[in-house]
Amino acid sequence: MLKIDNLQVSVADKPILKGLSLDVPAGEVHAVMGPNGAGKSTLGYTLAGRNGYEVTAGSAFLNGEDLLALEPNERAAKGLFLSFQYPLEIPGVPALTFVRTALNAQRKARGEGEVSAPEFLKLVKQKAKDLRIDFDMLKRPLNVGFSGGEKKRMEVLQMALLEPKLLILDETDSGLDIDALRIVSEGVNALRAPDRSMLVITHYQRLLDYIRPDKVHVLAAGRIVASGGPELALELERTGYDRYAAEAA
Amino acid sequence: MNAPVRLDLRDASTFPTRRVEDWKWSDLKRFLRDAPAVSAALAVAPGGPFAALGGREIAFGNGVTADGAAEARFEGAGTLRLRFVSEAQATGHQARATVVVPARAELLVLESYEGAGSAYASNVTLGFELGEGARLTRIVLLEEPDDAISVSAAEVKVAPHAHYTQTVLASGAKLQRHETRVNHPGHGASVRLDGLYVLSGSRHADLTTVVDHQGVEGVTSQLTKGVVADSARGVFQGRIVVDRGADKTDARMGHHALILSDKAEVDAKPELEIYADDVSCAHGNTVGALDENALFYACARGIPEHEARVMLTQAFLGEVTDRIEHDGAREAAQAWLVDRLEALL
Ligand SMILES: Nc1ncnc2c1ncn2[C@@H]1O[C@H](COP(=O)(O)OP(=O)(O)OP(=O)(O)O)[C@@H](O)[C@H]1O
Ligand SMILES: [Mg+2]
Repeated sequence: MLKIDNLQVSVADKPILKGLSLDVPAGEVHAVMGPNGAGKSTLGYTLAGRNGYEVTAGSAFLNGEDLLALEPNERAAKGLFLSFQYPLEIPGVPALTFVRTALNAQRKARGEGEVSAPEFLKLVKQKAKDLRIDFDMLKRPLNVGFSGGEKKRMEVLQMALLEPKLLILDETDSGLDIDALRIVSEGVNALRAPDRSMLVITHYQRLLDYIRPDKVHVLAAGRIVASGGPELALELERTGYDRYAAEAA
Repeated sequence: MNAPVRLDLRDASTFPTRRVEDWKWSDLKRFLRDAPAVSAALAVAPGGPFAALGGREIAFGNGVTADGAAEARFEGAGTLRLRFVSEAQATGHQARATVVVPARAELLVLESYEGAGSAYASNVTLGFELGEGARLTRIVLLEEPDDAISVSAAEVKVAPHAHYTQTVLASGAKLQRHETRVNHPGHGASVRLDGLYVLSGSRHADLTTVVDHQGVEGVTSQLTKGVVADSARGVFQGRIVVDRGADKTDARMGHHALILSDKAEVDAKPELEIYADDVSCAHGNTVGALDENALFYACARGIPEHEARVMLTQAFLGEVTDRIEHDGAREAAQAWLVDRLEALL
C-alpha cells in the first residue's frame, strides 16, 4: 500500500527527515511515535505535498503510484488523507459545502460521477450522528470557532465521507476529552478495511488501546529507529525516548 | 477633510489633483488634463444588468435622458433602475439625478454604470433624500472599460427613523471614483454602507464614504472588501464623524482586502472622528494575501488549487453580497462576483 524508501526532506534548507523508510501493507494499521520535533508532522505534510517541504532524496509510493510526482489534490484523489494536527479554519465556507466540494472534486478526478446534494445530505447525516456531531454545526464555516475537539471530530467526519485508501492521523487524539477519544476512535475503527491502511501518529498509548496497531515505529531525529509490535508502545510509555535519541545522534 | 470637490468636466480648474487630501490616491488631473469635448447624445434601449428585477427605469445615454435632459428627478416607492450608459470615444459627459423617498415609503434603487467605447470621462452627481421612517436600498454596479474615467458622487440626506443601505460593486476603470456623503440625523435612523471591489489589469477603483452623525442614537455599519490582482489599485477612504451631542452613536467600519500580486496595491484610510460622549465606535482594516495554509488544507482534501482559490476568495468577498437583503438584488450581486472572480483568478 504505502512504500517509503530513504526519504530525505528539508524545510527552509534544514534537513528534517534523514533517510526514512517505511512499509505499510494493505489493511494494516501502523503507529508512529517519537519525541517532539522528530519529524512526524513533516512526514505527513511531505506525503500530502505541502509547499516548502523539499524532498532531496528517496521515494514514496501509494499503491504503485509515485506520490511525490503528484499535486496535493491528485494525491487525495488517489486515496491519501492527512488528518491535520492543527486543522485549518476555512472562513465563509460552510463545512457541508467544503466536504461536498472535496468529495466531488476527488470523484471527478477519478472519472466518477458527482454525488447529488440529497444523496450527500443523507450520507452526512448518518456519519455525523455516529460521531455525535450536531448537524447544525455543519452549516457553519468549517472549523471557524470550533473547539479543538470539535475540529478533530470534523477531521474524522471528513475521512468517513471521503473514504481514502491511506489515512495519516497526525495526533488526532490530542485535545480530546475521554468521551470524544472513544467516539473518534470508534469512528476510525469503523474505517478499518482490508484495502485501507492507516498511519497513526500519536504520543499516547491510550489511543492505541482503542485503535490496535499491527506495528509500532519509533521516529527520532528524522529516521525510523525502531519497529515492533503493540508491546513497543507500552515499553515506550515506561522508558521514554532517551535511548533512541542517543542512537539517532 | 475639506469640503467636497464640485467637479465640472467643462472646467479643468475643478479637476482635483493629489494635493487635495481627499483625492491623494486618485489623482484625477493626472489622467485628465483638459476639459474633454462633450459626448454626443446616445439613445439607450430599455434593459441593463438589473432589467429582470423590473421597476421604473430612468436611463442616461452619455449624460442625457430620452427627453434630452441632463437632469432627472424621481420621487416614490417600489423599484427604480437608474442607468448611466456611456458609449463614447475620448469625450466627456455628466448627469445629475435626485431621488426622494417619502416618509415611510420603501424604495429599491438599482444603479448601473454601463460603459462601452473607450477613454471617455463620465461625471455623475446624485442626491438622495429619505423622509421620516423611509427605507432606501441602493445597489450600485460599476462596469466600465479599463481606459475610462468615471466619477460618481452622492449626497444622502437621512431623516429620523429612516434606513439607508447601500452596496457598491466596483470593477474599476482607468480611474473610477465612487463617493457617498451621508448626513446622519441619529434618532433611530440607521445607515449601512457596504462595498466590494474586484480589480484586475491596471484598473483603479476608489470607494470613498463620509458619514456625519449629527443626532443622538444613530447607527452606522460599514463593510468593504476587495481583491486586487496584476497591477490594479484599490482605494478605500471611510470617514465617520460623530458631532458634539451625537451621543450614543453606534458606528462600526471594516475594510478588508486581498492582494494577489506584488504589483497590486491597496490604500486604505479608515477614520473615526468623535466629538460626542458615550459612543460605541470601532474600525478594523486588514490587507493581506490569501491564507496559504487554508489553501493547502483545501487542496489536501482533493480540491484543485485553482478551484480552491476561487472558493476561498469568493467566501471572503461573499460576506458583503450576503448582507444584501433583497433576494433578487443579492442574487444579481453574487452572480456578478462569481463572473468577475472567474475572469480574475
Ligand atoms: N518552516 C520551518 N522552518 C524551520 N524548521 C521547521 C519548519 N517547520 C518545521 N521545522 C522543524 O522541523 C522539525 C520537525 O517538526 P515536526 O512538526 O515534523 O515535528 P513532530 O515530530 O511532528 O513534533 P510534535 O510531536 O511536536 O508534533 C522541528 O525541529 C521543527 O522545528
Ligand atoms: Mg507534529
